[in-house]
Amino acid sequence: MNSSQQTILDVTDLCKRFGGVFATDHVNLSVLQGEVHALIGPNGAGKTTLISQLSGVLKPDSGKIVFNGKNMAGKPAHSFARAGLARSFQITSVFTEMTLLQNVALAVQANAGHAFSFWRDATTDNSLLEPAYEYLQTTGIAASANKPAAKVSHGERRQLEVAMALATEPSLLLLDEPMAGMGPEESGLMIEILQNLSGSKTILLIEHDMDAVFALADRISVLVYGKLIATGNKQEIQANPDVKSAYLGEDTDA
Amino acid sequence: MTNLPLKKNISRHPAFWINTIALVLLAVVPPVLFISGQPFWLDVFTRLVILALAATALNLILGFGGLVSFGHAAYLGLGAYAVGIPVYHSLYGGMDSIASFNGFLHIGLAVGISALFALLTGAISLRTRGVNFIMITMAFGQMIFYAIVALENYGGDDGLTIDVRSEFPLISLDNPLTLYTVCYLSLLLVLLIVYRITRSRFGLTLQGARSNEQRMRSLGINCYRYQLIAFVISGAICGYAGFLLGNFTTFISPEMMDWTRSGELMFMVILGGAAFLLGPVFGAAVFILLEQLLREVTIHWHLPFGILLILSVLFFNGGLAGAVSRLRSFKNQ
Repeated sequence: MNSSQQTILDVTDLCKRFGGVFATDHVNLSVLQGEVHALIGPNGAGKTTLISQLSGVLKPDSGKIVFNGKNMAGKPAHSFARAGLARSFQITSVFTEMTLLQNVALAVQANAGHAFSFWRDATTDNSLLEPAYEYLQTTGIAASANKPAAKVSHGERRQLEVAMALATEPSLLLLDEPMAGMGPEESGLMIEILQNLSGSKTILLIEHDMDAVFALADRISVLVYGKLIATGNKQEIQANPDVKSAYLGEDTDA
Repeated sequence: MTNLPLKKNISRHPAFWINTIALVLLAVVPPVLFISGQPFWLDVFTRLVILALAATALNLILGFGGLVSFGHAAYLGLGAYAVGIPVYHSLYGGMDSIASFNGFLHIGLAVGISALFALLTGAISLRTRGVNFIMITMAFGQMIFYAIVALENYGGDDGLTIDVRSEFPLISLDNPLTLYTVCYLSLLLVLLIVYRITRSRFGLTLQGARSNEQRMRSLGINCYRYQLIAFVISGAICGYAGFLLGNFTTFISPEMMDWTRSGELMFMVILGGAAFLLGPVFGAAVFILLEQLLREVTIHWHLPFGILLILSVLFFNGGLAGAVSRLRSFKNQ
């Protein structure tokens, strides 16, 4: 981390309440160009609520989400994506009846702008399929390119999530628990894929798997009961007493 | 990059041949029956082809778009009245601006008014999903139904007889064989249009929205616009089917746009196989032919008809076309 890095995402004073409960409680968060920023927190800390606001799926009650200099708070989800903010979903969300290649080709097509072309055959359009295939290679699932998404393993579908997010050529990648439900072997593979991306991509990573977080993240923010209680590098977070008591548990020295 | 995994040649799938044979049979059998002295069957097939065309239009939004529109008979009605009303005024005066026998004007009116109605009602309906979408499209359909009932000038409830068919240069729709040919070629054209649309970027976006709307949005797609355009295209084509239906029956009434008619169109799509190009054609064929055959056996034909339809939906997952598309995997087992 050096101070010359630009802030790509600047969240200030973001609030979201469900009834009387603050799911997002005056959160301030900034993501710097080129970093892998991990967002961690115990179950129910409001991580998914936060990322949903950062991708336009939920509207915040108040606060700002400045992305590349523009305040995006309150805009619809597709505007976030068009602005260059792609997300993957914690619960796998792909086009199950399409093949992996078609899934990513659709993402490539979405990124190419409008799709008001009614006559030309897009299913054999190499300007869509070739980049799509490359993203499948990047995420290690090219071998299953022609299998329907419903028929591949959970791990491969998680990789597909990442491939689709990448295909929109985002300037910020929001990954919502990419390792969710994976075995150790699959997680290891995913960490490797994400390590290859770090450096070329700015990533905001929400993850439970501490091995993954410590292996990947440049900076870590900790969310507890909707509040951001700390941001810092790995050592700072591990040494932070608030984090220890709130998240890692009193007796943990991990 | 050349190592893209390529799809197998489509013409080797049995579905391709079954579809081709079905379309060839539709081209050959009805004219042969007519020439060999069975004009009644040509009528049955003309109706079949027109409804297949309407169901194909519905399939674009229902099958490929995943949006269950329960008001599509309204477009059939609008299209038919776009023939009936100009012809009525040509014969009995009034409304000089639209009074005409000109078929091209009729088509223009049928398609234009249907597209406009689809745009207005779609813009509202598409803000809802699921059951609400079904109910609101049905409500808009019924709105047109009652609007026509209220038009006493044009017969209201009792309907309107089209005394003169749409006129075109060189051909006469009064000749049943010509009318059938026009309907059949129209069906082929619409199938081609829907085929191209479903494989285009637009069509893939539409199918993506059917599969997973949230995901489409997170890819940066505003699904609403695409669905609305698909809805308008579907309505416009259905309006054209109405133009054909008016010229075929030469008697039109609000009954043809009743919600039960919308239900029949929906049924043809689902029975034949939603999201399969020729599904609605199979659906319409089975629906019309079965209705005809059972009618000859018993006046209580609705009962066995209903039972057969229920069974077919239960046992043909993905409709008839879905069953055909699984032929290969069946053969390999």
